[in-house]
Amino acid sequence: MSKDIYAPGILAGRLDGAAYAEQFADLHPPLDPHAALVAADRCYFCHDAPCVTACPTDIDIPLFIRQIATGTPDAAAKTILGQNIMGGMCARVCPTETLCEQACVRETAEGKPVLIGLLQRFATDHLQEKGGHPFTRAAATGKKVAVVGAGPAGLSCAHRLAMLGHEVAVFDARPKPGGLNEYGIASYKSPNDFAQAEVAWLLRIGGITLHHGMALGRDVTLADLRAAHDAVFLGLGLGGVRALGLDGPVPEGARPAVDFIADLRQATAPQTVPIGRDVVVIGGGMTAIDAAVQAKLLGALNVTLVYRGPRSRMKASPFEQDLAAAKGVRIITQAVPMRLHGNGALREVEFRYVNADMTPTGETLRLPADQLFEAIGQTLQGDDLPPLDGGKIRVDAAGRSAVPGVWAGGDCATGGDDLTVTAVAEGRDAAMDIHAALCGA
Amino acid sequence: MANLQSDFVGIKSPNPFWLASAPPTDKEYNVRRAFQAGWGGVVWKTLGIDPHVVNVNGPRYGAIYGADRRLLGLNNIELITDRPLQVNLDEIKAVKRDWKDRAMVVSLMVPCEEEPWKFILPLVEDTGADGVELNFGCPHGMSERGMGSAVGQVPEYIEMVTRWVKANTRMPVIVKLTPNITDIRKPAAAALRGGADAVSLINTINSITSVDLDLFAPEPTIDGKGAHGGYCGPAVKPIALNMVAEIARTPDLANLPISGIGGITTWRDAAEFMALGAGNVQVCTAAMTYGFRVVQEMISGLGAYMDEKGMTSVDQIVRKAVPNVTDWNQLNLNYIAKAVIDQDQCISCGRCFAACEDTSHQAISMSPDRTFKVIDAECVACNLCVNVCPIDGCITMVPMAPGATDPRTGRVVEGHYANWTTHPNNPAATTAS
Repeated sequence: MSKDIYAPGILAGRLDGAAYAEQFADLHPPLDPHAALVAADRCYFCHDAPCVTACPTDIDIPLFIRQIATGTPDAAAKTILGQNIMGGMCARVCPTETLCEQACVRETAEGKPVLIGLLQRFATDHLQEKGGHPFTRAAATGKKVAVVGAGPAGLSCAHRLAMLGHEVAVFDARPKPGGLNEYGIASYKSPNDFAQAEVAWLLRIGGITLHHGMALGRDVTLADLRAAHDAVFLGLGLGGVRALGLDGPVPEGARPAVDFIADLRQATAPQTVPIGRDVVVIGGGMTAIDAAVQAKLLGALNVTLVYRGPRSRMKASPFEQDLAAAKGVRIITQAVPMRLHGNGALREVEFRYVNADMTPTGETLRLPADQLFEAIGQTLQGDDLPPLDGGKIRVDAAGRSAVPGVWAGGDCATGGDDLTVTAVAEGRDAAMDIHAALCGA
Repeated sequence: MANLQSDFVGIKSPNPFWLASAPPTDKEYNVRRAFQAGWGGVVWKTLGIDPHVVNVNGPRYGAIYGADRRLLGLNNIELITDRPLQVNLDEIKAVKRDWKDRAMVVSLMVPCEEEPWKFILPLVEDTGADGVELNFGCPHGMSERGMGSAVGQVPEYIEMVTRWVKANTRMPVIVKLTPNITDIRKPAAAALRGGADAVSLINTINSITSVDLDLFAPEPTIDGKGAHGGYCGPAVKPIALNMVAEIARTPDLANLPISGIGGITTWRDAAEFMALGAGNVQVCTAAMTYGFRVVQEMISGLGAYMDEKGMTSVDQIVRKAVPNVTDWNQLNLNYIAKAVIDQDQCISCGRCFAACEDTSHQAISMSPDRTFKVIDAECVACNLCVNVCPIDGCITMVPMAPGATDPRTGRVVEGHYANWTTHPNNPAATTAS
């Protein structure tokens, strides 16, 4: 499959054309009906099930698995989607190994949890491929709500509000809806343009109008939105990236990992996306793993992921770390970037090794690099926002910001763990609170 | 979703799923939890005359398991309620007062004389209960005292007691039948003659689930001894389905409403009972295995099925399959099918081959690369390969078209219906074919 994997520099089309399809195939291929029944049979229908407790959206997992087992996958999908309208995407991207499947009693019993994520996908795919949308709108309330951000938090909030009978206007800065589902998730986790298909399916509830290319603070102000609507939900995510903060000019070839991931997702074909021969990724979370794995899949010869702390502090789950290792990514821990070397174009990245308490060991490391992806965190952008706390919009348990009539959720708000599923839960719960506030429920 | 509202002999409930008279319906606490979980009704665990009975204090249940320790059959030696009558009556009244939309039927078992029935029926009426169920089925303990299945095994007693009950109450009377008999139609007919509004079946089957091979004692073992108990759970469903169908397809009994009981675990089980003639269903073992929440799947599944079939009332399922239950001698002998193995689905386990080669008709071939194929010239369409195949839908029975030649017999498949009664091999054939 190698064509140009040894050529230095940042090049597109390093692999033979046919190799790409195999490289970017579905990470977890869907279960066929037989495999789904066998997997469903393993669920014990636990009382007050630990998997449900572990799910940020509280999906009734034992019930939906039982519904699959009894031949009613569409009823299972309704059980899922009633709690989590983006259950299809969450089935693909949730770190189930640290959520429901980690809590599964069969993980305790046999070290092999029920395949909850794949079963969820089986059910939601079954319903959505048939085109079924099992929810209908309540009678119109006459209330109007603005939602900023068409990502998981915003769309979840919008769907629930629309279902409750409100008119919802969604504003998003990007040309396409979906937020991180569309721009921020590794291609092999959501192939076949699933993010757009899911949004189209979600919008079938009706009563939601999408406004693209509308950034808060640039094209529309919070004051305008408040004036024209009965409530505002902010789910704009984290639009900025944290810089490495190193001295000297940034050589060509260094860029934020989120931009690389977005470019790859938006590319017509992966072979059109240029990739270095020697790629270094700095960071220890899911974004770092997604960038490193995809760099390898695009044909980079050497991909090294470097994290400043010890393994145990990496945010990426052990499953994600193993995935990276299996794809040939080298993981180095306890190394902090010091300098980017290169005259114009990047040539090497220099690190110093540190102890677990971050004190230097005195050892250094120089990694050859023609491309560098930074994945050390994202930041909230904008100055036209409600009061912040720790760089995020401060909200209470119901999602209310400090500004009356303005709610917030997802990555841009305090609380939560920056997971898609958490954003969906926060959007949904804020919608319920907005509904209660508007209608006195 | 379809409306699951049920009306069984005038007793209304929001769905046709009732909890059967059994340990789960013994107390107010349990029944309130059941209603909260969504059950349409309950049949309160059997009341008797004080002094109340006592139960053993050792194990009361034994079990049979399938793969992965799935509970398939449960054996029970618990008796009727072991609490004072008034305590139960007070609790029934309290629950019914708070849950008016749910069915509250009270199971009864008193000595086989009219006086005890005259005594207890007004007390039950006073609770506001919707009906009574006569427990003529309990096969252990009570039958030794001349009650339960001791009554249910004698049609004359069934008729006599039912008549007493009907004479002494305005409530609908459901007679619960024991399967520990040879012909279920006889006790059902007796109940009908006695004036029963409905029958419910089946009660549990006499059983010993297993033997402790160190103690040499049946399970469940009480201080080294065991007694037979009542068997229930998914394992008894086929027996119950047949008994329900036997009643439903008997012309004289066709208008006798049936409450179906026996291993109902999923919506599909319930729909099957209803298709064979049950107006509603009662559940016990599934709730005892999985908790009351299991009813949610039954509700969503039955609703989805009705939507798919365009049905708007549960009554539209009832008796739908009864016309297709017949006797063997009415089956079409000109219907000829052959097994077909879908090679794309086959995982080459060879179970079909072992079954067919060793115990059937040598109608499956096996190649050195483990490809399994049906030999049409040998296949009698017995279905054993389908039954033992681990992949649902991998092996199917495909009927041959009329006009084709069956390679097994060399005969052309006839298009017309012909059964055993007219077959030339039948010495008693009424007409020659």
